[in-house]
Amino acid sequence: MTMLDMKPADTPAAARLVDLFELGLDAPICLTWELTYACNLSCSHCLSSSGRRDPRELSTEECKAVIDELQRMQVFYVNIGGGEPTVRSDFWEIVDYATAHDVGVKFSTNGVKITPEIAQRLAKSSYVDVQISLDGATAEVNDAVRGPGSYATAIRAMQNLSDAGYRGFKISVVCTRQNLSQLDEFKAIADRYGAQLRLTRLRPSGRGADVWDDLHPLPEQQRGLYDWLVAHGEGVLTGDSFFHLSAYGNALPGLNLCGAGRVVCLIDPIGDVYACPFAIHENFLAGNVRSPGGFREVWQHSDLFLELRNPQTGGACTKCQFFDSCRGGCMAAKFFTGLPLDGPDPECVRGFGEDALRDRSGDALPKPDGDHSHLTSPPRPRTNKPVPITLTMRRPDRAPVSACAEDPLSGFHTA
Amino acid sequence: MPDLDLDSPWTLHPQVSVRPEPFGALLYHFGTRRLSFLKDVTLLTVVRGLAQAPTARAACLAAGVSDSELPTFERALGTLARSSMLIERPPAAAEAPPSKERNA
Ligand code: SF4
Ligand code: SF4
Repeated sequence: MTMLDMKPADTPAAARLVDLFELGLDAPICLTWELTYACNLSCSHCLSSSGRRDPRELSTEECKAVIDELQRMQVFYVNIGGGEPTVRSDFWEIVDYATAHDVGVKFSTNGVKITPEIAQRLAKSSYVDVQISLDGATAEVNDAVRGPGSYATAIRAMQNLSDAGYRGFKISVVCTRQNLSQLDEFKAIADRYGAQLRLTRLRPSGRGADVWDDLHPLPEQQRGLYDWLVAHGEGVLTGDSFFHLSAYGNALPGLNLCGAGRVVCLIDPIGDVYACPFAIHENFLAGNVRSPGGFREVWQHSDLFLELRNPQTGGACTKCQFFDSCRGGCMAAKFFTGLPLDGPDPECVRGFGEDALRDRSGDALPKPDGDHSHLTSPPRPRTNKPVPITLTMRRPDRAPVSACAEDPLSGFHTA
Repeated sequence: MPDLDLDSPWTLHPQVSVRPEPFGALLYHFGTRRLSFLKDVTLLTVVRGLAQAPTARAACLAAGVSDSELPTFERALGTLARSSMLIERPPAAAEAPPSKERNA
């Protein structure tokens, strides 16, 4: 599950939300819409391998048509991202159009366009929520991942928002091995600017696959993160990212299920609809908003999404005592690390993921579709490492029958 | 002390939007940016009926809630009131239809 910060009301029916959501909803409640692959930065862990604009990106009019559809479907709000969405010259026009059509906007930015004037404007609208990305509480840690100057840019944006009287904007941190010792500092930064801290999980998606081995938290850090989250309760948002850590003890607040294709999906800059923003790969591509029937047709009737909504039973994780809250973890994390989709998460707190990673066959890892990285990007770790020779072309697109079979993709075939 | 007095008139907060779903409904509050779920269709009927009913109790009875179920519904409505999804309305406003108008 990703990016969904919410609070279920305690209602009388006996059914648990997770069981209801497993069957899918008439419209997504957590829709991410990446407006462009263009970005002024080249973060080493970018989930969408962004950098350069794609010439096929949706036009202003096409974006407005998508918003009309979302309004009809009563999608309450969209999480707009990219790339850096604010570099689109029609960005504010799209935001205004959405809020005028009952679609709230929460957008993620590195802060590059958040001038004092824009901050004033944002402070006036209660239908636009801003999320500033920051991956280190110090320039040193942040800039190592997000690039030189990016810390200063983010801090300037926060200062502008705070000066404009905007309260409660989000500071969004992707938790890494390098920054997990800084949680208290992040919290202090959020408090200083009247913001709310949001911690999310690093996933091996996009360029994140290249750096995951070096950046993902160590087991003892995961434990520390879990304890820190429990201690801070609902004051810190997580977008339901860390439900695999629930196996340490009590479930963290949130839905605790992989919502891909059930409550979550992604519309990418060229209108492709994927099951989850962390799963930009043809195996998780459900359709395109430009095709007949538009987004509604894809969400309600695509073969992929219907398949994802089939409840599954059985498997090894299902016998795990923590399955009820962990549910085998994140589909995208498993997929891009080459693990079976119905097995344990690579960061399984019981250590089964590490075992599985060690026992992985030498097959090529699946590559995300569409690399929009700047051609001048700093060399990526992959190029510094020996390239594994691939002898077979097994695409892990079908889940072996075992382990966390309640995972939405277990037993799923694309062919 | 319950969060909601069954014998007062209540209504949905004007910034709350309701989306029916097969299992009940989703509620979204544009002001607090909070989502809530109604996991039960009867509760949805109650919530929708609030604005037209003289009291929350009357809305429950009109939706077919039995006496024995009343405390459960009182609790559920109380949860919604606590998160500002429901607000108490002055009796005079009883005729006003529920509004999903946004003041933007
Ligand atoms: S694939 Fe991972 S990130 Fe995506 S919805 Fe599932 S658990 Fe969340
Ligand atoms: S074995 Fe599976 S369900 Fe159990 S903790 Fe590990 S990933 Fe979660």
